[in-house]
Amino acid sequence: MSLFTHLNKRLAFSHWLSPLGFLALWELGSRTGVIPERTLAAPSSVLVTLWSMIVSGELPENLAVSFGRAAAGLVIGVSIGITLALVAGLSKKGEAAIDPIIQIKRTIPTLALTPLFIVWFGIGETPKIALIAFASVFPVYLNLYAGIRGVDVRLIEGARSFGLSKGEVIWHVILPGAMPALLTGLRYSLSVSILVLVVAEQINASAGLGYLVNNARDFMRTDIIVVCLLVYAGLGLGADALVRAIENRALAWRPSLVKA
Amino acid sequence: MKAQLTYLAFHAEATVTPLAPRAPRGLVRLRKFTRRFGTNTVIDALDLDIAPGEFVALLGRSGGGKTTLLRTLAGLDEVVGQDVQVPSSRAVVFQDARLLPWKKVWRNVALGLKGPNVRARAEAALREVGLGHRLDAWPLTLSGGEAQRVALARALVREPELLLLDEPFAALDALTRVKMHGLVLDLWRAHRPAVLMVTHDVDEAIALADRILVLDAGRIVAEERLIAERGQRGEEGRGLRQRLLGYLGCDVPQGEELSAVDVGASFAHSVQEGVA
Repeated sequence: MSLFTHLNKRLAFSHWLSPLGFLALWELGSRTGVIPERTLAAPSSVLVTLWSMIVSGELPENLAVSFGRAAAGLVIGVSIGITLALVAGLSKKGEAAIDPIIQIKRTIPTLALTPLFIVWFGIGETPKIALIAFASVFPVYLNLYAGIRGVDVRLIEGARSFGLSKGEVIWHVILPGAMPALLTGLRYSLSVSILVLVVAEQINASAGLGYLVNNARDFMRTDIIVVCLLVYAGLGLGADALVRAIENRALAWRPSLVKA
Repeated sequence: MKAQLTYLAFHAEATVTPLAPRAPRGLVRLRKFTRRFGTNTVIDALDLDIAPGEFVALLGRSGGGKTTLLRTLAGLDEVVGQDVQVPSSRAVVFQDARLLPWKKVWRNVALGLKGPNVRARAEAALREVGLGHRLDAWPLTLSGGEAQRVALARALVREPELLLLDEPFAALDALTRVKMHGLVLDLWRAHRPAVLMVTHDVDEAIALADRILVLDAGRIVAEERLIAERGQRGEEGRGLRQRLLGYLGCDVPQGEELSAVDVGASFAHSVQEGVA
């Protein structure tokens, strides 16, 4: 009796139960014909399609193309964001020159620039990468800039009182102090880059996940569309795990992570 | 900044008439030092001398200019066109230890140190304050007393001629404070820097210092020298305590004095082993 209540309690509070139940209902709906194949493929057929796409090499190839776009855009955007934030954060002149422009540009939604980017860069790889780069500049810039300005003045003074030069203060105090903010910005940039990737890949792509989705749409292959959604979700999870791994190393000093 | 300070100091000294007999050169020498923020004069034509190896306590109410003076001596504020001589070899211990949380304890001590054996020197300093076992700890895992001892080690590893203590024990509990008094005296005896300790604790000043200055409204309003040995200042301390509190505008009725001076000073000696 008590075993049953114990089991009941454990089940009631487990977090994987509701998603699993949802999948079961979905599968049931597909099998009984309540959910037609052309509206949404069954989970089981999605899995089969996923496997066949992996085996045929179709998914890895297109994933590599998309990953390359996101990575290239991110590297460019994050580098620009960090550079601008350092200039604006560390000098008054830099702040006066850079910050107003960024704040103005920030009010324009990046995706609204898509038509302009197509006019400028055509429909090849360039506008896709440029859009991702453009979008990922801001989260890094805004967070790092605020992080630099938010470093405890008392720590800076303490370091100065020990005769550290300006460069040494920046290296030993300001940059490590702004590190948590930079990583927050990086995390936002990663998720923004995936968001923009999805939209950018709708621009006349001949390879990549977006291309797969577009083709699947034309043939009403909902199973392929769901597979691609899964991959996008996987990319997002992977990006998050990456930043968390960096945080665990770079911010080992934080009290929540410190084991006394 | 440092070079500028020294340059100004020597320059100012050169203007003194050469016929005047030169007093033994003090380590710190301020003449008519004035500091204003807008119309508010924080420090008003202040003269200050500190001899090498001297332990000076600076008492004063909050807002009396103590911190401003200390910041000047620490080189944190620009001194332009004033007669200020401060040794370039100086170190500060702040009330909040101001350790960099992202650097391990020994790296905090080694911050900005140049030359060979940086780690060995930092280790030695940490052992001296009784923290040889926490070299690789993160600062945020330290207790308040431990953090303050790291701050002391960080100051002393530089072998400063002038050690500036800015209410270093104000945030500690009473027992830890007494232990820290003992530690500071030990370190001072071992290294003999000149010390300027800013405090608002009259008993602390009496227990530790050679000389006590009272700063009020930007001026030194009183100066007291202590003659008795540390730990035997009960007699001397009682009257002095009364006078100092009077200068600070806080009159204590006769007979209500605490005997914290005696307790503090003698206890400081008895707990030194406990610190190590």
